[in-house]
Amino acid sequence: MKPAPFDYLRAETLEEALEALHQAGTEARVLAGGQSLLPMLNMRLARPALLVDIMPIAALREVADAAGALRIGAGIRQAALQARPGLARQQPLLAAALPWVGHAQTRSRGTLCGSVAHADPSAEIPLVLVAMGGHVHLRSRRGARRVAAEEFFTGMMATTRAEEEMIEAITLPHAAPDSGHAFREVGRRHGDFAITACAAVVDARSARLAVGGVADRPVARALPLPSDPALEDALEQFAWSLEARDDLHATAAYRRHLVRRLGRAVLEEAAACRA
Amino acid sequence: MPRLKAGQRHWLHLTLNGKAVEGEAEPRLLLSDFLRYELGATGTHVGCEHGVCGACTVQIDGAPARACLTLAVQMEGAAIRTVEGLAPAPDRLSILQEAFREHHGLQCGFCTPGILMSLDAFLREHRRPNEAALREVLSGHLCRCTGYAPILRAALAAAERLAKEAGDA
Repeated sequence: MKPAPFDYLRAETLEEALEALHQAGTEARVLAGGQSLLPMLNMRLARPALLVDIMPIAALREVADAAGALRIGAGIRQAALQARPGLARQQPLLAAALPWVGHAQTRSRGTLCGSVAHADPSAEIPLVLVAMGGHVHLRSRRGARRVAAEEFFTGMMATTRAEEEMIEAITLPHAAPDSGHAFREVGRRHGDFAITACAAVVDARSARLAVGGVADRPVARALPLPSDPALEDALEQFAWSLEARDDLHATAAYRRHLVRRLGRAVLEEAAACRA
Repeated sequence: MPRLKAGQRHWLHLTLNGKAVEGEAEPRLLLSDFLRYELGATGTHVGCEHGVCGACTVQIDGAPARACLTLAVQMEGAAIRTVEGLAPAPDRLSILQEAFREHHGLQCGFCTPGILMSLDAFLREHRRPNEAALREVLSGHLCRCTGYAPILRAALAAAERLAKEAGDA
């Protein structure tokens, strides 16, 4: 349970980090808070030749309101964002989900962008990003690009990030004034990876449900409003479309059950908190 | 800064329990092992080494964190506090430690240093914590002896005593 050897570069500037990632290619990994990467290193599921520590880079430690969205830099830790004044008003879904991310003892160091880069299918922050229709901002020495969250996650711990790219920031659109939000998850113990997690966004005319922990990535879908009798069938179809699998923690049938029950519960809660 | 080479030891400078210390570490050395083997601070225990059990929890710049999910080389210039830093004097326990003793908050003691460091940080910022909040803090730790109830009692007693002392001051 000790990492294999690697070189360590403490990058002081973005340019320095991007140059190192360009030189090392597939051999390098970005290190931010380390709360997803260090377990992978300790268990030797990852054996990079170089770690590029981006936490000293001041430009990445910024949270900013940008054109109706919250832009969260790659150096922002989960605990720091949780303590941001007004977060529950601007980003009620994120504020509801953050207490479910790991434990206080890991949120103190873990970053939001690091969780997005890790792309665990049951992780809360990727789920919120997909539910809110957010974006991932990638940068490499060749330039920058912006990818919609739903296109970013491509499978189990797989994303469209190219080898020499790093996540510079994520952006989450602020909650619309007439919308309601809710988040719930079911796990064996608090802080465990979710067996199923559900995030809902509801306004006067539309409802959107995002589900984590069931498919190989977080998946969002537009659904009928909770008051519409068509919701039951739509939830049933959504649950089956996620191709749940049996594992040690839960059966596929239980996961589909949770999508129907937890999904309805968060949609109803989101609709209720609009009032 | 220069790239630290794998397999070579590099000097680090940090603060441990208020004292400036230095030690050598390869890039892959975990903070938990740096504390124990390089600095000789063996009060921090090592359990699962993937961030789940909480035994290795220390305070980094005041916030509780897993020493096993932190590289020593990330700690250049940081202030680390471990269980060795809790007691005010060699023959006196801190209020929190004393509450653990009074309420049987430990049996084998393996998980205790990590739990103490989490609770110490939490009680510093939350003067009148409710039981639910304390349970939330403890959810980041595994204890296989106590069933958690005596730990919770100890934490509530310590919070009450700390509040009283703050009021008296």
